[in-house]
Amino acid sequence: MKIIGLVIAVLSGALLMYATVDFPAWGDPASPASTHLSPHFIEKTMEETSVPNIVTAVLADYRSYDTMYETAVIFSAGLACFVLLRIFQRKEPGERLYRHVLTGVTVRVKEGGKLPPSDDFERIDATWTPPDLIIKTVCRLLVPFIQLFGLYVIAHGHYSPGGGFQGGVILGASIVLLAISQGLRTSVQRLREKLDAILSAVGVLIYAGTGALCLLLGLNFMDYGALAPVLHCDPITARSHGILIVEIGVGVAVMFTMIWIYCNLSSTGKYDEGL
Amino acid sequence: MIWQLDLAVLTLVVIVAIGSIMVKDLLGAAILFGAYSFMMCLLWTVMGAVDVAFTEACVGAGVSTVLFVAAVFRTSRRTRD
Repeated sequence: MKIIGLVIAVLSGALLMYATVDFPAWGDPASPASTHLSPHFIEKTMEETSVPNIVTAVLADYRSYDTMYETAVIFSAGLACFVLLRIFQRKEPGERLYRHVLTGVTVRVKEGGKLPPSDDFERIDATWTPPDLIIKTVCRLLVPFIQLFGLYVIAHGHYSPGGGFQGGVILGASIVLLAISQGLRTSVQRLREKLDAILSAVGVLIYAGTGALCLLLGLNFMDYGALAPVLHCDPITARSHGILIVEIGVGVAVMFTMIWIYCNLSSTGKYDEGL
Repeated sequence: MIWQLDLAVLTLVVIVAIGSIMVKDLLGAAILFGAYSFMMCLLWTVMGAVDVAFTEACVGAGVSTVLFVAAVFRTSRRTRD
């Protein structure tokens, strides 16, 4: 079976290698892709959308329909992870373990028992291992700067490489770092599961809603020039602002889907301890 | 780019790609896959596709490696085939 697989892989690989012979040379100005569409984008993007970064304009304006479904695919991936992995424990386990943060004493609470309301205790599991102080502190210091960089990447996508997708991933990664270094319970306390699910859907809704708003205002779906009367600016600036709005939608969807997937995956759907 | 450097990165891409499917330790495979993503990121930067390189760096080398490691920790570390 392995040999058959190897033969198939080598054969299709060789076929693909053979097909590359017919490719135009790298950067060839006479190739079909460089003669019709690319010159239009390179010459007209600035005057049509006033966005200096052509890649952002192509992704979020000229081919925004494509990007909208990419966002929807990411949301569906998060939803699929949730449906496959999430386990709802109907009953709380009989005994719960709490740790006194200041002294490190572990308290076992029997079924029906209650602790006095206090911030000094944190809930732990039987498999709990003490986190390293250096890792905990360094990660806590890093998280705000990573988030600031993520916001910069989203907001600056018009002028430099970046945009909603990359910025959303960086923002999601900052929360994942928090979950890895401080324990999953800490990050879930700050961002509830329900919030993850709702906001990843809201991100897709912002994107599709902006497109639908253009339709309602009398132009084509995703033609952001229609937003000009709403935003009080000329249609070209409106296209630039429309791109920013959908980039924010992509960023929100991607960020919360990443956190959602990580939480489900690392705790096998139980939302207790994490890695 | 200097062609010697280009050749070195391309050779590393092939070696790391083969290594990540051949290695028995799944945690090692996840890390090797992250290294593969990083090499691809370098190649894309060289070819001028900075946006793609950025995406590859944060998704391929960053978050997907974390997700692979999380999955390996929750299943078994050794592959059976």
